Amino acid sequence: MRRMTESERKIRVLVAKPGLDGHDRGAKVVARALRDAGFEVIYTGLRQTPEQIAEAALQEDVDVVGLSILSGAHMRLFPEIMRLLKEKGMGAVLVIAGGIIPEDDVAPLKKLGIKAIFGPGTPTTEIVKYIRDHVK
Amino acid sequence: MDAGIRDQHTVLVASVMVSKQKANLTDLKRQWETETLGKQLKESPERCERFITTSSRPIARLYTPIDLARFDYEHDLGFPGEYPFTRGVQPSMYRGRLWTMRMFAGFGNAEQTNQRYRYLLEQGQTGLSVAFHLPTIQGIDSDHPMATGEVGRCGVAIDSVADMELLFRNIPLDRITTSMTINGPAAVLLCMYIATAEKQGVSSTQIGGTIQNDILKEYIAQKTWIFPPQPSLRIITDIMGFCIKNVPRWNTISISGYHIREAGSTAVQELAFTLADGMAYVQAGIDAGLNVDEFAPRLSFFFNAHNDLFEEIAKYRAARRIWAREMRDRFKAKKPASWLLRFHTQTAGCSLTAQQPENNIVRTTIQALAAVLGGTQSLHTNSMDEAWALPTEKAATIALRTQQVLAHESGVANTIDPLAGAYFIEALTNEMEEEAYRYFDRIQKLGGVIPAIEKGFFQREIADAAYRYQREIEEKERTIVGVNDYVVGESLVIPVLKIDPKVEESQLKRLRQTRRTRDNAKLKQLLARLRKAAEGTENVVPHILAAVREYGTVGEVCDTLREVFGEYQEPIIF
Repeated sequence: MRRMTESERKIRVLVAKPGLDGHDRGAKVVARALRDAGFEVIYTGLRQTPEQIAEAALQEDVDVVGLSILSGAHMRLFPEIMRLLKEKGMGAVLVIAGGIIPEDDVAPLKKLGIKAIFGPGTPTTEIVKYIRDHVK
Repeated sequence: MDAGIRDQHTVLVASVMVSKQKANLTDLKRQWETETLGKQLKESPERCERFITTSSRPIARLYTPIDLARFDYEHDLGFPGEYPFTRGVQPSMYRGRLWTMRMFAGFGNAEQTNQRYRYLLEQGQTGLSVAFHLPTIQGIDSDHPMATGEVGRCGVAIDSVADMELLFRNIPLDRITTSMTINGPAAVLLCMYIATAEKQGVSSTQIGGTIQNDILKEYIAQKTWIFPPQPSLRIITDIMGFCIKNVPRWNTISISGYHIREAGSTAVQELAFTLADGMAYVQAGIDAGLNVDEFAPRLSFFFNAHNDLFEEIAKYRAARRIWAREMRDRFKAKKPASWLLRFHTQTAGCSLTAQQPENNIVRTTIQALAAVLGGTQSLHTNSMDEAWALPTEKAATIALRTQQVLAHESGVANTIDPLAGAYFIEALTNEMEEEAYRYFDRIQKLGGVIPAIEKGFFQREIADAAYRYQREIEEKERTIVGVNDYVVGESLVIPVLKIDPKVEESQLKRLRQTRRTRDNAKLKQLLARLRKAAEGTENVVPHILAAVREYGTVGEVCDTLREVFGEYQEPIIF
């Protein structure tokens, strides 16, 4: 058995659904597009608590966490997820988000360390490219 | 020749003539294709290699009587209000009464939403439709840890009858009908509505409305379930049984394709999966010992209206015809009221774009037109700002006005089923009907709807269609105005509705107060009785009603049932 070198290792992405909403169409389409682009994708399933998401990111040793939320609770849940990721030593992981996120919320979320917000209508290729460009 | 033979003879001659005409027509069409059309195509080819609907269905260049070879007016269409109801469920349709303009609304707390309802009613809305916040939808209270950040966000916060009383304050429940989008805890919210009506001096036999109560499509698409399928179906048949006697004007299930479509399905999948769910409920009712003609007239449907005008219209027409046939022939329902597919329509939320949001007004207009031409009984039109947030009052008003313009200015409500007989519409209606039956066969082979859910069949079909749609947009096989074409640097910022974070605080305060002031000892006994009923076979609904009358909360009632039934875990498919 041969160990994979760092450059051969696939980019690992956790697609996570915080919040109580069941809208998983976007998360699943993105998850599939990322998988088709050659990434290793783990999808959490619905209604994950911030703790569950941070723990999954740690356990799965991911490079990227993609948060999808359409419930409107992002301003309460995202800060908690960011805090827990840092607490678990996952502060360097690339966190991106999508869903129904009003424009006024984008700046405060970026301040929290969420690097990009991909709203409705974003081509999946744009997300793929963003991840390739930003995962070292 | 006696009259009978003469009639037969006439029919025979007529049908020979028709088939002769058709033979000629096939030749004529071929001739047109090679000559008139051929010449044109040589000079300038068509815009695309294939023309497809929103559901990726290929559409032919031209439809003619050749596409309706076996068309039989009486058999396929009939008259409005008569079997097979293809042309509509009411004899006079919109000439008698317009569709109910029912805008789905709910945000913040009960007081705020009550204000929005009264505003919409003043603006000419004719029915209410409640959007609950997600904690209520999930059967938990506002103070549950999972409710953090969700209170009043996606809908109105309702924990107990104390909230419900405020929600319907100064709205006479004997005169307005109310639809409630609630599934897992549907029995609880129905009981809260009954208790609220009682407080207004209105008995349960006087109220009218709908609970969505369609758990199968939750597993398939909307994903807000609580209990596993079997106990969920048992609660549903309990509700059906309870309502026959106690709430006779209530639609006990709104069998919903809307969410299936929003999750990414095609129009045919929406049609087929919804009707398959409907038939599963009918079977469950019969298996529970209910008389089909007692509960079937209270089943209603809920469909999506997407952008592709003709495909949507054909879908509604096919749905009515299939349902009438299956109810009459397969389930042996005797009453014509049991054969009727009555439906609500909502325009497609998933079609709204965040880019150039004002264009959504136009999309919604086309979709609403499809619903009306398809014979809907009630309609919700989405607001232009919903790719950003819940609608503002102004955006919701424009959406309501869209329906009023269609109703009063467009002329489409003047005659019944105006597109009937169009070669394209009838061919498409037939085609979608046939495809729906192919899906019914596949579902049957998987063992029925619940085994198909457990095997992930629907979920995979929908995920595949959603992904294909996205690929078509990205590969520009499909144009979405403002998204992958006609793009402008965005400068337009529309106002969006903001939910005051104080809503959560005030909601928690009211919940604490409710818990403090009610008779907790009595409630405890009532919940214990509910638990016993759930463990056995007794109808749970009267026990839920008793508990909510004493201000038992949605979370407390659902927790009692959770302890007995457990919670559902879904297979993860993407």
